[in-house]
Amino acid sequence: MILLRLVYEFAKTGLFSVGGGLATLPFLYEMSDKTGWFSHADIADMIAVSESTPGAIGINMSTYAGFRTAGIPGGIIASFGLALPSIVITLIIAKFLNKFRDSRLVEGAFYGLRPASIAMITAAGINVAKVALVNIPAFQASGSLMDLFTWKAIALGALIFIGQRKLKWSPVIFIVLSAVVGIAFQF
Amino acid sequence: MNRLLDLYWTFVKIGCVTFGGGYAMLPILERELADKRHWTTLDELRDYFSIGQCTPGVIAMNVSTFIGQKRGGVAGALAATTGFLTAPIVIIMVIAAFLTNFADLAVVQHAFAGIRVCVCVLIVQAVLRLWKGSVVDAFTLILYLLVFVLNAFGSFLPVKLPAAVLVLLSGAAGLAISLRRAARSGKGGEAK
Repeated sequence: MILLRLVYEFAKTGLFSVGGGLATLPFLYEMSDKTGWFSHADIADMIAVSESTPGAIGINMSTYAGFRTAGIPGGIIASFGLALPSIVITLIIAKFLNKFRDSRLVEGAFYGLRPASIAMITAAGINVAKVALVNIPAFQASGSLMDLFTWKAIALGALIFIGQRKLKWSPVIFIVLSAVVGIAFQF
Repeated sequence: MNRLLDLYWTFVKIGCVTFGGGYAMLPILERELADKRHWTTLDELRDYFSIGQCTPGVIAMNVSTFIGQKRGGVAGALAATTGFLTAPIVIIMVIAAFLTNFADLAVVQHAFAGIRVCVCVLIVQAVLRLWKGSVVDAFTLILYLLVFVLNAFGSFLPVKLPAAVLVLLSGAAGLAISLRRAARSGKGGEAK
């Protein structure tokens, strides 16, 4: 029965977490208070883990909570609970899209959706850059612009950017190389 | 069956590298799914990203469901999405079982500081690739800037609009503007 409850609780979270991983946070805090499956400190730890592993915080938290409460089956079942609403809704939209792809209404909506979508992607990029390329605490401490920018990170970013334009390597190779450079140069 | 296994395995690989909330995925998805396998096009991926913004779930997961559905119906969608979830689920269970202070390890922190730089560049690439075809005139440029400011600096405003609301409003605005244009050009045509 614990498995059913895991599916139910995480499916509910999955249904309302529109717009990406961090949208699940308020629901996770609520679930923590209600079920005691994980603590607020666990959520904070999981944010850190999610930043350092592939996968979004919501999926990671469901795997973690499911695994802690009901072992490996729990981890798998809870994750699928979280994914379920997204899969169902996306399937419905996919069917609809295939049918109405060329309709003027769908085309009109996309005319507005596309720029909004890349605006969000840009904003997400700024959020990553705030952590990856600049060091705000150091800048506030010293007030020197030289301390605001993390120069070795910017140098690496420029190299990756040029590398991607010149070499036809898979982006995955650049991700792995960046991890190696990060370790070697103590980023 | 082979087709489903192929879908599953392709998305297992993609699931291993979804850093940065899925946005950095576009160059990876484009290479794996459009250039190499011809399962989709950049235009379709762009539209999946737009839809993914206003549906529940992570964007890259929505994309896997879309592509799976396109390639193999409901079974394909399940195969692709399951594949996408496999690596994150396994990784978190291993961490939960063995590495309680995983995120505090110095080597992990350095590696991910490096990966974050790469994610930034991948996101820049995604925006550059999507720009053409999305920001096509004055209306779309204004919409882009408006949504960007509201989303990136929303916390400085009295009310922070959730991303999904911004996206839905933008879709409605796009629809309204294009319908109005169509009505106008319809009238113009009659006058001639």
